[in-house]
Amino acid sequence: MTLKVIESAVLVPCWSCSVAHNESTLFCPHCSKIQPPASGDYFTVFGLEPRLNIDLTALEREFHRLSRKLHPDRFARATNSEKEWSLADTALLNDAYRTLKDPLRRTEYLLKLHGAEIGEEFSGKDRPKHESGPSRAPADLLEEVFDLNMQLEEMRMARKAGESDPELEKSLLEAKRKFEGLVEDVDRDLRAQWQAWDEGDAAARDAAQKNMVALLDRRRYLSNLLRDVTETLGA
Amino acid sequence: MGIDLGTTNSLVAYMEGDKPVVIPGVDGSNLVPSVVALDPMPADGSRPTVTVGNSARKALIETPERVIYSVKRLMGRSLEEVKNELKFFPFRLADDIEAGEVPRVQLGGLRFTPPEISAYVLRQLKRNAERFFGAPVAQAVITVPAYFNDAQRQATKDAGRMAGLDVLRLVNEPTAAALAYGLDRAKEGTIAVYDLGGGTFDISILKLRDGIFEVQSTNGDTHLGGDDIDNLLLTIALDEIYSEHGVDLRANRAAVQALRKAAIDAKLRLSAETSARFDIELPNGDRYQREIPRAVFELLIEPVLERTAGPCKQALADAGLTPEQIDEVVLVGGSTRIPAVRALVDDLFHLSARGKKPHIDLNPDEVVALGAAVQAGILAGASKTTEEMLLLDVTPLSLGIEALGGAVARIIQRNSTIPASATEFFTTGVDGQTNVAIHVVQGERELAADCRSLARFDLKGIPPMSAGLPRIEVHFLIDADGILRVSAREQRSGKEAQIEVKPTYGLTDEQVESMILDSFDHAEEDFAKRLLIEVRNEADAILAAVSRAPQNPAWKELSGEERADIAAARERLVAARESTDAAAIRQATVALDQATRHFAELMMDAAVSSAIRGKTMNEAGVELDENITAPHDFAPAEFK
Repeated sequence: MTLKVIESAVLVPCWSCSVAHNESTLFCPHCSKIQPPASGDYFTVFGLEPRLNIDLTALEREFHRLSRKLHPDRFARATNSEKEWSLADTALLNDAYRTLKDPLRRTEYLLKLHGAEIGEEFSGKDRPKHESGPSRAPADLLEEVFDLNMQLEEMRMARKAGESDPELEKSLLEAKRKFEGLVEDVDRDLRAQWQAWDEGDAAARDAAQKNMVALLDRRRYLSNLLRDVTETLGA
Repeated sequence: MGIDLGTTNSLVAYMEGDKPVVIPGVDGSNLVPSVVALDPMPADGSRPTVTVGNSARKALIETPERVIYSVKRLMGRSLEEVKNELKFFPFRLADDIEAGEVPRVQLGGLRFTPPEISAYVLRQLKRNAERFFGAPVAQAVITVPAYFNDAQRQATKDAGRMAGLDVLRLVNEPTAAALAYGLDRAKEGTIAVYDLGGGTFDISILKLRDGIFEVQSTNGDTHLGGDDIDNLLLTIALDEIYSEHGVDLRANRAAVQALRKAAIDAKLRLSAETSARFDIELPNGDRYQREIPRAVFELLIEPVLERTAGPCKQALADAGLTPEQIDEVVLVGGSTRIPAVRALVDDLFHLSARGKKPHIDLNPDEVVALGAAVQAGILAGASKTTEEMLLLDVTPLSLGIEALGGAVARIIQRNSTIPASATEFFTTGVDGQTNVAIHVVQGERELAADCRSLARFDLKGIPPMSAGLPRIEVHFLIDADGILRVSAREQRSGKEAQIEVKPTYGLTDEQVESMILDSFDHAEEDFAKRLLIEVRNEADAILAAVSRAPQNPAWKELSGEERADIAAARERLVAARESTDAAAIRQATVALDQATRHFAELMMDAAVSSAIRGKTMNEAGVELDENITAPHDFAPAEFK
């Protein structure tokens, strides 16, 4: 999928007043009527350049402004087509906001627009465990992951037998904190790549993209592991 | 209008200018018990009359087999799920239901689906509103528990259609409550709405900003509420009666109902008093007497209340907030009157530790209906107050597709703002395959079998191609009511695939159509006739009361001017009554009612003071009833 140019040159006539307008406009600039949804990417919906560093306050403000205009509640007395368009437009707006406001989903979404192949953990498409993400532990963590998995298994067995093992619990909690720290590191490293991607030339951008794909994989692995630990501890 | 279709009680409200107001029923009460009773079958074979509300509740003890309540618990549920309810609720299922069919309950000699029963309650509310406005009402906003799944929402919408209502929107109950609260405050900040009603529990966390109510997260339990507390008390009473008196009342429907009523009374008293008492005469003449101190009651209900804590914590976690970040907590639902519930909420959100108190300024029984009216106002776009308001709600449960091996692939996460959508691509596994089946589920569990099955979609008419070649784009969209819509397209041929949607549980369009309550309600002419009869009856009642007025001692206390006003208003009503203009008759009735208001007060004073002079309150009550229920039947309705 290639990025869509924000100012699309395609002109279409407004269904209501017939005055020609830009295809990706949500409302007719002439008569203000809602227009059928055009297929734009999430950045286009907000009139944003495709960048990773974005102003979240401005994003929320724009989300509220557009919601006020587009929401089906505003079209309860409109024609059936306008109702349908409002529904589709608002769904797109909500999907876009949900993706862009979250740093991970935003990164993943933009990289995918640029052809990167990554798992889909953060986009809301939470694949079943066996299908998702790399099953191999990151090389630098092999040993720790191995130990952790052993402890998790022990913990599950103890739970099953109705026994409690405070020592094991403590060590699992420690491991949990450690892996949480690692996740934070990944998030920080990701942010560090954002600028390179946003501002850099083609080569810098390519490098940043490769780095981020690897970081997202690592993060997915870590969060799956953390989910296991939390579930086992909470059970 | 806005409707709160509750487990225990239902209400209807509307926007009077920029203020939501509850519309009272004929008996002057704002609450219509969600109880439906069927009169005995008429000998001529015609359909028996259905009564709803307080009058139906009265029949509960005498003829429990012809009465049904708490039907909301059955809405949108499968036979398997419903069976669990039978332990505690005297629902009698029709015995010939096949798996996958919507269960029907037996009432008298007839069978009804849960949406049909709810439709009767809705029709009663519709009539109350029509009587109040003097004009037909066709559109409504109906509230549902936030944690209702797709099938439960669809069932509620079906009920609205059967009652002859165009359901403009389903609104989540806690969100509606937030709307009612946010109205006169124009608040900013983060609020939590804790809604413990008769049969359902919801927690919603919202961010308020510039009139936008943005739900951050929601959680709950559609099977948790005051009913569970009643059942606890009821079970204890039944057990004790059996062990102490050797009487097994469980099969005795009427006795169980009487006991349930006593349990509810005890529960209500325990919110205000530190102890309550059971005192019931048993069929064998023995008395079952039992003192329940509040401390014992609280210990008893602790496990029930504790079940609300998990959803609250999950909602906070999903919103990414700590209890300290919640600025205000709003309590909704009758069960939040219980002091132990308030203590739990205080603890969950660290309220008193921060010098805060939960909001209870609006009547917890009415606040949801008031909020529904506000949402109706927003949709109508009629008022300045609601113009700036917008509600952005979320879907309570994740939407997923059953993948190979029975695992769930989630496509829309819970707490996504609705409308929300997702697009998935499917292909074929066999050469020349023209059908693809998709199983859609709702829930948070890993395996499809543990989630709620929503529907099976059959994508038909795929052009025959080699396996894996077709690319079928399926678009899932959750609309503003929280209900799923699906469309599909085969991309390579550009052919719109025909989809057959088979809801796992639920009524088909044709079934709903066939269950629409008598066309009576739709025909405007019939409506006009019914309305005319009603307003004439009201006019007659007040005219009769006024003609008796001069015999009352209070009459002498009126000034000559007041008496002249009453006489004039009376003549205008007598004249209006002869016309067929229902609105004019209603207007003249209200005018006479207002003219006699002072007289009614004087009469009330006189009766009360004579009652105090040497009569028991009970006798006085009888006398009050006889003398001053006048001026007329609908006086308690208080037109403003």
